[in-house]
Amino acid sequence: MRLLTHNMLSCNIKGVANGFPLRLEAEKWVEKEVELNADFLRHIFPKIEWKALAGAARAVGYCELPEEADAAMLDSEDFLRRFHHALLEIHVEEGALVCPETGRGFPITKGIPNMLLHEDEV
Amino acid sequence: MKLKQLEGLLGTLQQFSHPKVELEQYPTGPHIASRLLYTAENTFGDISGKVVADFGCGCGTLGLASALLGAEQVIGIDIDPQSLEIASINAADMELDIDFIWCDVNKLRWRDDVVDTVVMNPPFGTRKKGSDMEFLAKALKVASQAVYSLHKTTTRDYIKRTAIRDCNARSADILCELRFDVPQIYKFHKKKEVNIAVDLWRFVPYPTQESADS
Ligand SMILES: C[S@@+](CC[C@H](N)C(=O)[O-])C[C@H]1O[C@@H](n2cnc3c(N)ncnc32)[C@H](O)[C@@H]1O
Repeated sequence: MRLLTHNMLSCNIKGVANGFPLRLEAEKWVEKEVELNADFLRHIFPKIEWKALAGAARAVGYCELPEEADAAMLDSEDFLRRFHHALLEIHVEEGALVCPETGRGFPITKGIPNMLLHEDEV
Repeated sequence: MKLKQLEGLLGTLQQFSHPKVELEQYPTGPHIASRLLYTAENTFGDISGKVVADFGCGCGTLGLASALLGAEQVIGIDIDPQSLEIASINAADMELDIDFIWCDVNKLRWRDDVVDTVVMNPPFGTRKKGSDMEFLAKALKVASQAVYSLHKTTTRDYIKRTAIRDCNARSADILCELRFDVPQIYKFHKKKEVNIAVDLWRFVPYPTQESADS
């Protein structure tokens, strides 16, 4: 699971109102280089919840993202590189996503988060 | 990439080893899958450089085809872990990185509009009535650009009406009619009907408020 995916996932338990962002508990992750596509980064930037991305990146030991970001930063090569790295080059392999409201953990195994709900959660 | 080349690559993918009837697990063949994605990319520009979700991804055919055509990020969702395992192996074999989520599509809660395009071959609803429309409603909610989907031709009018009236579709167009091979176990009306007519649809969602982006 990449952090772009993390950035759109919300806790899906019935009745949970503030299920975003899921807290990332990463035990194992890998980094894989991907070609940087500046047009894509500009396209996706307004859709990203920046605080959630920066927090998830910290959970995998990447602390190079600013606390806040605005569209003007997209003119900086350096910013684009960091944004690209955090969003697309880090793959969480093992760990969990934890609902901020209920504390329920969704395990990530072999890179795949298990978001199936128990019967009393639907 | 040429259409024939895409079709050839999709033909090498591993498919369901023990299909689960109740989940309507049958693969989209390489012929249909390659045409679906090729049209989405070459006619509409909905794939390359986009975030693409594959709903009910099974062994990953549609998602992997999207990645082959240059999708920036692909997310495959399925309720069945065995299928996701095969899909992961297929992705690794092709050296493509795509994300998977083990989830019931109907229980998904995603922030709207991060996904540009949804591609899917939903359960036709022969086992669980209405599951194709549940998939479609969800897809039109999360996609900001387009949804590509296959539905039985016999349900054509119903699909169009429901998509526009109830599912947030601004437009619903049939791109072509195809013949779909469904294994004998999925016989639709007790007849020997194994080759059914399906429509390839392109739906465009209404934008939601937040997406001020182009
Ligand atoms: C007709 S198959 C299509 C498989 C694959 N997308 C393809 O084109 O080859 C439908 C898929 O939807 C999955 N499925 C069925 N119900 C589901 C649900 N509620 N949530 C997620 N996936 C589901 C099945 O496991 C199966 O893989």
